[in-house]
Amino acid sequence: MTDATHVDGNALGGLLIEVFGREMTDAHGCCASCGTANPLGAMRVYRGAGDVMRCPTCGNVTIVTVVIREHTRVHPAGVRWIEPAPD
Amino acid sequence: MARAAILRRLTWAIAELVDRTDETPRVRSLTLDVPDWPGHLPGQHLDVRLTAEDGYQAQRSYSIARPVDGNRVTITVEHLDDGEVSPYLTDVLEVGDRMELRGPIGGYFVWEPDRGGPLLLVAGGSGVAPLMAMLRERLRARNNVPVRMLLSWRSGEDVIYADELNAIARDATGVEITHTFTRSAPDGWTGRTGRLEREALAALAWTPSERPLAYVCGPTGLVEAVASALVELGHDPARVLTERFGPTGG
Repeated sequence: MTDATHVDGNALGGLLIEVFGREMTDAHGCCASCGTANPLGAMRVYRGAGDVMRCPTCGNVTIVTVVIREHTRVHPAGVRWIEPAPD
Repeated sequence: MARAAILRRLTWAIAELVDRTDETPRVRSLTLDVPDWPGHLPGQHLDVRLTAEDGYQAQRSYSIARPVDGNRVTITVEHLDDGEVSPYLTDVLEVGDRMELRGPIGGYFVWEPDRGGPLLLVAGGSGVAPLMAMLRERLRARNNVPVRMLLSWRSGEDVIYADELNAIARDATGVEITHTFTRSAPDGWTGRTGRLEREALAALAWTPSERPLAYVCGPTGLVEAVASALVELGHDPARVLTERFGPTGG
């Protein structure tokens, strides 16, 4: 049996702070496919040339992050909204 | 909930290694002195960045294993044979050496006493590190939230924090610790063996009606199996928090 190689949104914690300027693993993202809101820290993350976040409820892609020569881009590929946790 | 240690900005800092402790033959705890460390919450991690002479950089995340202690931050690192970063940290870095890190990072997989409980802390291997920060904080704060900690190891020599866990299990009120061994048990072991599957969790975890706050950390396969089983047993998915480390070290 092959080990599952994916991680989760916790691994993108540092990158998300860089982009959003605040902690985001406890932000909620609403999946555009199934409509469920989940914490970004709970989303599955598949790491490759970029990082692909998938909804833990339905598996569809929610957010993709790409870093090219120190430029970070966040693609809100499959989220309806993102809401940071209240202070 | 205090959010003082949940950040607005992240900058790389130069930290100095001040202590190096062997936990097991393959696992070291490293204590770093980080100037102006803003403090952290149990469950948070830091990012380490190593730069080679040719400019190549490698970055990894490590959970903080101890509660706040001024500028001192402790991580527990497992040597991964095919690792780019861990062998350097476990085998090369010496007291007095410096390294780049940033943190603290994390707001989801975090526990502090006012989040309450009862607590269910489940880990495989080095996944115990952030849960140990939580348990150490619970003890230091003299908090009385009941804790059940379930730890899965491959073999007896893999047990991290063994002496401290034994002391806590023996002396602390309201803390139950159960170990299980999946490949080979220590000599004379009469306790549990095998994976933390549904039947084991049904026997060892809090019941869903007790509404525990569950933190599950370690290899991705273990985390997903345990989290799924807890939800199948009736636990509220919003109270089953997860941190996946990726594939096992092998």
